[in-house]
Amino acid sequence: MNFEEYAAKPLLAKSGLAIPPARLVADSEAAYAAAQAIGPCVVKAQVPTGKRGKAGGIKLAATADEAKAHAKAILGMEIGGFTVEKLLIEGQVPIARELYAAVLNDPKTRGPMVLFSTMGGMDVEEATEKDPTAMRRLPVDITKGLSRDDALSLLDGLDLSGAADKIADSLVALYRAYRKYDADLLEINPLVVTEDGNVVALDCKFVLDDSSAGRHQGLAEFAAAEPQTELEEAAQKAGLRYIELGGSVGVLANGAGLTMTTMDAVTHYGGEPANFLEVGGEAYTKAKDALSILLANPNLRSLLVNFCGAFARTDVMAEGVVNAWKDLNPSIPVFFTIHGTGEDEAIALVKKELGIEPFDLMDDAVRAAVSAAKEKAA
Amino acid sequence: MILRKEHKILVQGITGKQGTFWTRAMQDYGANVIGGVNPKKAGTEHLGVPVHASARDAAKAGAFDVALMFIPPMAAKAAAIDACEAGAKLLVCLTEHIPAHDVMEMHAAARASGTRIVGPNTAGLVTPGETFAGIMPAFNTNVFRPGSVGVISRSGSLGTLVSLNLTQNGMGQSVFYGVGGDPMIGTTSREALEMLDADPKTESVVLCGEIGGSAEEDAAEYARTMSKPVVAFIAGRASPPGKKMGHAGAIVSGGQGDYASKRRALEAAGVAVADVPSQLPELLSERLKAVA
Repeated sequence: MNFEEYAAKPLLAKSGLAIPPARLVADSEAAYAAAQAIGPCVVKAQVPTGKRGKAGGIKLAATADEAKAHAKAILGMEIGGFTVEKLLIEGQVPIARELYAAVLNDPKTRGPMVLFSTMGGMDVEEATEKDPTAMRRLPVDITKGLSRDDALSLLDGLDLSGAADKIADSLVALYRAYRKYDADLLEINPLVVTEDGNVVALDCKFVLDDSSAGRHQGLAEFAAAEPQTELEEAAQKAGLRYIELGGSVGVLANGAGLTMTTMDAVTHYGGEPANFLEVGGEAYTKAKDALSILLANPNLRSLLVNFCGAFARTDVMAEGVVNAWKDLNPSIPVFFTIHGTGEDEAIALVKKELGIEPFDLMDDAVRAAVSAAKEKAA
Repeated sequence: MILRKEHKILVQGITGKQGTFWTRAMQDYGANVIGGVNPKKAGTEHLGVPVHASARDAAKAGAFDVALMFIPPMAAKAAAIDACEAGAKLLVCLTEHIPAHDVMEMHAAARASGTRIVGPNTAGLVTPGETFAGIMPAFNTNVFRPGSVGVISRSGSLGTLVSLNLTQNGMGQSVFYGVGGDPMIGTTSREALEMLDADPKTESVVLCGEIGGSAEEDAAEYARTMSKPVVAFIAGRASPPGKKMGHAGAIVSGGQGDYASKRRALEAAGVAVADVPSQLPELLSERLKAVA
């Protein structure tokens, strides 16, 4: 779950990091009023994607009139596939140095990792790619947390113009925010040292762990909307994972690994998957919802049902699909392959109720579904 | 460690619907289930074994080797730490969607107690013909038969399909090792590969990977050093980048963990990679003949 700058930065402030004064606006008149109150400011597009500066979505304004003009220009811009609908009007900060700081979940150490670089700013990725030593890393014992001494050790030997202590405090505050808000990633770029020696967060990227959203109810409502199709949204509401693709063969399978594999097989045998729908985990009882969503895709020319049940019982899934199939009575052909827990009952049911013989080999079912989709399209 | 018939298994969450269904299936298969945990039903009996208030209480009644968790996501951290502190050698964590910070605390507890965690989000472990722990159709003889092929998989459903493909071609399995589909799993594909390399009953290995992370690249590094044949399939070639494909770990972002890099790493290490799982048995036969 991603958050835009305006929603993420106040979380840093609550954990003790300094941020500039700012107001969120949605039109140029409000931008004018905000700039009058704040003074010289930065007009910043609020979209859940990087590279806003390079795309022209961040502009300096010395006066309120200038802020209004920039707001007019930036509102409605397309940046990284998102339309700009909101702006942050933020007070200008006299920058002496730009730094980079982040905390993230590290799969290698299976613990938190603090990152720090003196090469903050727009090109930190390129800079640290050319020179990997430019990014310092500190694994943290999650049971102990990050102390000020730990943070100072990460900064040891760097020339930080006398701001090392304040930067260390900022890192500790950043780690505190990371823990408090169950972040997968909390990144400040740039973290700046001001001309008068203060340390201020000028931007912030915050990714909340989806699995912990339940314990951050108040926060989740400020999450940036993910670009989703109508059917993807309907699936999410039904508690199903559905992804729309461009092709004509519908894929209904259980478990992420098998669903991906089924799509791979469709592609391998010359077809194009229309969508990905997984009914694994606890969702295996939702076959009817799943089928309705799949069939609502107008590009569908055939449907492939691949059940290889482990946790998911194939008899339960097959019953759901068969009942839904009879209810919805679609006009496209369907091809089954069923193995695993409850397979005998599942196969018997499909034969009896739909008069369809499931294939023994997944490859045969895939080939049949691909060739049916091509015939239908022709 | 490889699960053996004699290993004593404690089931946390034994009285729930899934706990009951799968524990019974495990018992029918011959698994040595010595007890269960449910704080509300401590002192009672379920499926013929005693139910304890905690894993620590269970340990007082008698040592166990393996803790198997049928526990919902928000309660998983406490259960896992309980099992570690009770001295579990192996903790099999089936739960999906555990908050990542909780998972990191679980791993920290496991490091402190010397417990090996398998998962989270694993479908479990099967030693065909002997025992199993988890939610795999071990009892379905179309899928699993005793043999000499070790199967490692990040996904239970794909692991089932691959085991089925092997069995259909007369190739039984020594071990099924479900490592799990989360980004921060306790036992990685590489570590499972090391265990199967050391297992005298395993003559060859099928590695089932998927897009996301660097598990296959790390495993490839070790496979290079092995004399046992290794073949692989990687799911997600046709999956769009930037989308989480069900598994939290199966996401391609910023060029990291994509299909091509995994395939390249495996092939460079001498691991044959199948385009579809049905090619695996033939690839494996060829490699076995080459070794013999």
